[in-house]
Amino acid sequence: MGADERNPAIDPRRQQAVAAALRAFLPPQSVLYEAEDTRPYECDGLTAYRRVPMVVALPETEEQLRRTLQTCHAMEVPVVPRGAGTGLSGGALPLADGVLLSMAKFMRVLRVDPVARVAVVQPGVRNAAISDVVAPFGLYYAPDPSSQIACSIGGNVAENSGGVHCLKYGLTVHNVLQVKGYTVEGEPFTFGSEAPDTPGYDLLALAIGSEGLLAVITEVTVKLLPKPQLAQVVMASFDDVEKAGAAVAAVIAAGIIPAGLEMMDRPATRAVEDFVHAGYDVDAAAILLAESDGTPEEVAEEIAHIKAVLEAAGATRMTVSRDEAERLRFWSGRKAAFPAMGRISPDYYCMDGTIPRRRLGEVLRFIAELEKKYGLRCPNVFHAGDGNLHPLILFDANDAQELERTERFAAEVLEKCVEVGGTITGEHGVGVEKIDQMCVQFRDEELEIFHAVKRVFDPKGLLNPGKAVPTLQRCAEFGRMHVRGGQLKHPELPRF
Amino acid sequence: MSEAVQSLADRVRAAADAGTRLRLRGGGTKDFYGGTLEGEVLDTRLHSGIARYDPTELVVTARAGTPLAALEAALGEKGQMLAFEPPHFSQSGSAATVGGCVAAGLSGPRRIAAGALRDFVLGAVLLDGRGRVLRFGGEVMKNVAGYDVARLLAGSLGTLGVILEVSLKVLPRPVEEQTRRFECSQAEAIERLNAWAGQPHPISAATWHAGVLRLRLSGAAAALRAAAARLGGEAVAAHAAAQYWDAVREQRHPFFSGDSPLWRLAVPAGTGPLALAGEPLLEWGGALRWLRSDLEPMLLREAAARAGGHATLFRARNKSAGAFAPLNALQMRLQRGLKAAFDPQGIFNRGRLYPEL
Repeated sequence: MGADERNPAIDPRRQQAVAAALRAFLPPQSVLYEAEDTRPYECDGLTAYRRVPMVVALPETEEQLRRTLQTCHAMEVPVVPRGAGTGLSGGALPLADGVLLSMAKFMRVLRVDPVARVAVVQPGVRNAAISDVVAPFGLYYAPDPSSQIACSIGGNVAENSGGVHCLKYGLTVHNVLQVKGYTVEGEPFTFGSEAPDTPGYDLLALAIGSEGLLAVITEVTVKLLPKPQLAQVVMASFDDVEKAGAAVAAVIAAGIIPAGLEMMDRPATRAVEDFVHAGYDVDAAAILLAESDGTPEEVAEEIAHIKAVLEAAGATRMTVSRDEAERLRFWSGRKAAFPAMGRISPDYYCMDGTIPRRRLGEVLRFIAELEKKYGLRCPNVFHAGDGNLHPLILFDANDAQELERTERFAAEVLEKCVEVGGTITGEHGVGVEKIDQMCVQFRDEELEIFHAVKRVFDPKGLLNPGKAVPTLQRCAEFGRMHVRGGQLKHPELPRF
Repeated sequence: MSEAVQSLADRVRAAADAGTRLRLRGGGTKDFYGGTLEGEVLDTRLHSGIARYDPTELVVTARAGTPLAALEAALGEKGQMLAFEPPHFSQSGSAATVGGCVAAGLSGPRRIAAGALRDFVLGAVLLDGRGRVLRFGGEVMKNVAGYDVARLLAGSLGTLGVILEVSLKVLPRPVEEQTRRFECSQAEAIERLNAWAGQPHPISAATWHAGVLRLRLSGAAAALRAAAARLGGEAVAAHAAAQYWDAVREQRHPFFSGDSPLWRLAVPAGTGPLALAGEPLLEWGGALRWLRSDLEPMLLREAAARAGGHATLFRARNKSAGAFAPLNALQMRLQRGLKAAFDPQGIFNRGRLYPEL
């Protein structure tokens, strides 16, 4: 996990000057600087990191946003954009010398076109609200991160959010057609379009997942899909975690792309079952949830196929959801996995590595070793279809020593993900949390390219500085720390 | 580093030092596409072969010079495919390569259902303008570490660097396919295609040309029977259908022959028939409109822009109007900045995308 690099102290004179400049065009209630008003913005969904911002700005119109950016740029004040604040990597952690730019007031649905199957929304619109608004047309917005009732589409764009249906329906980058917004200098832009293949470099692809470092988005055009007529889920038990992993591979090898394919190990199902009573088999070493959606004919054929494959792969028990209520009950456990951990432990720390699926057994054994090494429990939930792991380390944040062990545990898991050919973050973003692990995943030359890309959009480095991409100096220090701790990165690799 | 990569990197470093322009080239099957061809040819075909392929991971990693046909054959053996159906445009003596395919960024008929080439790019190894070998993205479906540089390379026409290796998501081939044929006007076709797209039909390709709308359905047998009953139309014999979709994908369909400039107009799918002389061929549910036309480029570009899209001069003897629709000042500033970040000496494929890049 990344430590704090920047000065935590607020300069009161600078604060007064910036607030006054913003109040010249923002209404008084849209410029916050008293500690009691700015405190609610001190962290996002990653609560281990907190910092009170110097000033909070809440523009309501594009013109106000443009002037906010221009003012900050002219005064050389860093700007940290923020959506709903549900992010899990500290991407919206404020700066003591910066403006926290809340996009919460940009919450209108601007246009729904059921024929063209697009919705144009402001960034503060909640993910789930889009599907609610277009439901009367038989349409929906596919990416469904677990936080979808609270997270905003602007944040989804910043993080390239996923969800449990990405294997079949893609990530945010596959479901957003166009974004409009402003550069850090306050210049308006449009990236992408409702027509396919915009000319020139794909700036839309670059903007999505850029964690608020390249530009500020004010409008998002999303693609809407027809709601499948039917969805059914198979819940299968396995007496061995690796068998469950092999079953996932067998499903894919059989030419099936399930709408959702999730795995939970026994510690995870037990915690969840006590909490939501989803009907999980708590004696199984692992359970799989495999969903099929489409027309009734497609679903009937696919469910039969999935069952046959899982049975051959050694499933010890299988249940197919009989109706929508039961399907939702099966999913309720998976979706409640995080809060369920909150019930059995004072705190939990959620990781987000992605690995090639064939390395699953090896990585789970590695995590089990680390549980012993650090004396901490770590249940696993896994987007099995796309290889995205969410191990959850249970700890007590009030015990400084335990927190420190948790951080070391997490760092080792992420570095293992890189070692097996995966990545440190599948969908939560780097933020401040995984910034040191970026030094493991990328070499200096690659990080230099990232910095060069940022300079193209933000020459002064004022948009969300210190997040997502570490400085080369930071990586150099991180590398030295690693060696000093007697834990040379990848000791199995030749060094000369 | 392999010998082939070493020699490519040496060439690039020497060119950067001397300010020599390089023209990155695989099979040369898309030489006609984009702007000018400038510089000494840097042939990527020495760096060839499938580096890794595990069908159960749904990912293949291939070196730039791998023949696209060889890659598709390897996937086919395992019942998988490149779902974006990239056009090869191969001719006798020249075969499309994977690197060229990604650099061109073109997708075929299945894009309507599966997504574009850029949607399938998971990672890339790039040789940049300083001769450095850089890795972006990876071989996993979900990866948000760092900016999505690998995806940025799709359609960059070799202007940012030499794509040495690329990792692509692959998908299972559909169990069955069936093509339905309807007679209707262009306006009716656009209306029907958009209405159908809002319903859960297994449509995997669609064209309209000369009063005939063709739909390809893909999926499980039972689903195709049900969809055919709901959609209507008459069935096209399987062999003729397969030939037809291949001819559209590879532009061997008679529509694509002739000498007039071939325009590719991309518009929002629901756009009504464009009031332009000449009969178009529609793809992608109405979002792609091919047009053979001698009209003033400005007129075509304005018509596309009014509809919210853009027009590309796809094949023409005279491309003085520019292959791609012009960009506004901010867009061009950002694009030039990106070009300079990857290729500071400006040695790669100058003028291929825009004269300024």
